[in-house]
Amino acid sequence: MLSAWNNIKLRNAVLQILYVGGFVALIVTLIVMGRTNLQEQGIISGFDFLWKATGWEVSFSLIEFTSRDPYWLVLVVGLLNTLFLGVIGLVLATVIGVIIGMARTSANDLARLLGATYVEIFRNIPLIVQVFFWYAVVTRFPGPRQAINVGDSLFLSSRGLYAPGLNITGLSAFLGIVAFLTGLGVIVWVSSAQQFRRMEPARKSRLRWLILLVAFVVTTVIFWIGRLPDTTLVSMPALKGLNFRGGIRVSTELSAMAISIAIYGGAYIAEIVRGGFKSVGRGQIEAAQSVGLTNWQVFSRIRFPLALRAMLPILANQYVWLIKATTMGIAIGFTDFFMVVSTAINQSGQTLELLGILMGGFLIINFTLAAVLNRINRAIALKGDQLRT
Amino acid sequence: MTGDMGRPSILAMLRTRYFSTLGNAILSIISFSILALITWKVLDWAVFSAVFSAANGPEACKAVDGACWAVIDARWRLILFGLYPHEEHWRSGLACGVVVLMTVLSCLPYFWNGRSISIIWIGGFLAFYFLMKGGIFGMPVVDEQRWGGLSLTVFIFLTTVLVGTPLSILLALLRRSELPWISGVTGIIIDSVRSLPLLTILFAFAVVLPFLLPDWASGDKLYRAILGSALFFAAYQAEIIRGGMQGVPKGQEEAAKSLGVRYRHRIQRILLPQAFKNALPATINQFVITFKETSLFIIIGFFEILASGNAAYGTGNWTFAFVEVYAFIALIYFAFVFSLSRYGAFLERRMDVGDQ
Repeated sequence: MLSAWNNIKLRNAVLQILYVGGFVALIVTLIVMGRTNLQEQGIISGFDFLWKATGWEVSFSLIEFTSRDPYWLVLVVGLLNTLFLGVIGLVLATVIGVIIGMARTSANDLARLLGATYVEIFRNIPLIVQVFFWYAVVTRFPGPRQAINVGDSLFLSSRGLYAPGLNITGLSAFLGIVAFLTGLGVIVWVSSAQQFRRMEPARKSRLRWLILLVAFVVTTVIFWIGRLPDTTLVSMPALKGLNFRGGIRVSTELSAMAISIAIYGGAYIAEIVRGGFKSVGRGQIEAAQSVGLTNWQVFSRIRFPLALRAMLPILANQYVWLIKATTMGIAIGFTDFFMVVSTAINQSGQTLELLGILMGGFLIINFTLAAVLNRINRAIALKGDQLRT
Repeated sequence: MTGDMGRPSILAMLRTRYFSTLGNAILSIISFSILALITWKVLDWAVFSAVFSAANGPEACKAVDGACWAVIDARWRLILFGLYPHEEHWRSGLACGVVVLMTVLSCLPYFWNGRSISIIWIGGFLAFYFLMKGGIFGMPVVDEQRWGGLSLTVFIFLTTVLVGTPLSILLALLRRSELPWISGVTGIIIDSVRSLPLLTILFAFAVVLPFLLPDWASGDKLYRAILGSALFFAAYQAEIIRGGMQGVPKGQEEAAKSLGVRYRHRIQRILLPQAFKNALPATINQFVITFKETSLFIIIGFFEILASGNAAYGTGNWTFAFVEVYAFIALIYFAFVFSLSRYGAFLERRMDVGDQ
């Protein structure tokens, strides 16, 4: 017996089998126990419930959804809402982050102070406190009749923000925006990727304009296909009776979530941007200045591309974090993926299956986002022949 | 007349710093106006035209434009202590004081060795727990269900860290194991936990688990949620410690091995002390994030500081004073998070200097 324990190969094999076996046994026990427990409560496991009608409604949806629609559709609604909020939040947070980050690296110490104040205040207060705060703010706007009127086209009221919109379905609006953003992404990729490095500047510029045009046309076509019958394409909000008609309504929940994610995420992204610019060596900037490049050229050809390479991997993590943060919408009743799943668990009792779908959904979203950002990162990373220092 | 020498140089300095070019001048003016405007507005709102005393009730606030700190004056006990029995509030306050003392002590390099830190944290936790729970020295027992406000937030944070830290060391060691299956499975566990939102893990542990487990194995909801939060903390902290371990030169461990030092002592006396030192700034950062994330417990139905704040302005005649309540809560978080993260940045700079 003792000699068997001293046999390293055997010992290692036994240890590994015990560890992996123990882990698998734990998971299997949990699932089996859960199933029997749920069966006692009269809930049959399986995915059949996905095709049953839900019997409840969601407060915000990009696609048509009624209480007679099945469970799988409500999950899609939640997933689209999460992605929708995620895209808005990430874009706004990036814009804020870049502006504040630039201020923090500015040579002007007043601008630096302004940036530092912003970052320190909003980064050090938990996101959920900010969500509750902004929700309290947006729900305390005056009612529709006394709504704050911005140029007769924007109305701020306690029921939400009303803006001019297109009479199109939510899905086509979402797809159109995604298509346009994809176009912008391709342009960034063309400008900075290895494959296009040796292309003539004039041709490259023509290529970029072409892509922009294609993205614009595709977006317009998507909008056109998705337009609602018997309406004008553009609709303006107008007060009719007790509420607004026409235009698009940005619900208070969505705007509170988008504002908080943008502000909180912006503070973090600002720090990443600052770190990226700080990592660019002084020598490289001085070399560029000494060969006579203008300030703008130094920025756009030297500092920005080098800083972008340094910040992209960290930025990728931050984006994944912000997408995960959309789950906080449940606190104020924004029907994101998480809220939809937890309501479905409450209503249908299909705990195990829905929990599996919830975790699977987030794993897929995060791995996809990480994979895309890694691709971009690899495409613009410095390759062997560029690494002369 | 020493000022005569200084005056032109100050003007010149101002000119080169803030008005060197047109762009710089515009930037300076915009930044200065924004800063001045915000400072003035905030000071005016929070100090000059504010009402501080609740003696005249909420009506006194409606007469002025400034902040209504009266709501804090009237409801601070609710925000800080939740539903804890009124005459025992001193215990809750003292318990929070113990934790502040504990945090300050563990920031002093004098106590930076395994034994002192463990004694400080475990001792501090026990002091906190028995002060809150009672049952000794003639203090009446107060159950966890009645804990709330700031003390519940602190309790969640403490327990998460105390359970999560040993777990994170274990996970980090398992992940760097030489046995491929052990490191592989641990890697899958860590990565899956890290790619899920904390909220879904809390939800699974607090709300879903009782459906799956028989009654005798479910335990209390608060402790289940804390277990979930500890697991989440451990998954992140394990990666930080692993990063710290990678900073320890491989030769050191091999040298110890060749001298016949046992695995336990190699880890305890050579690897971990250095790994912790390397990982210190990131660890402090992780503590800060964990403290901020305790606020998520409100969503799964606990009466922590944010929930008690919502209750403080949500009832009675104070519904208009939400900004003041949130500002108060934000200030509490800010004080803790800002000072700890400043301390982390200071340590990082100090260690950078040491390494050069």
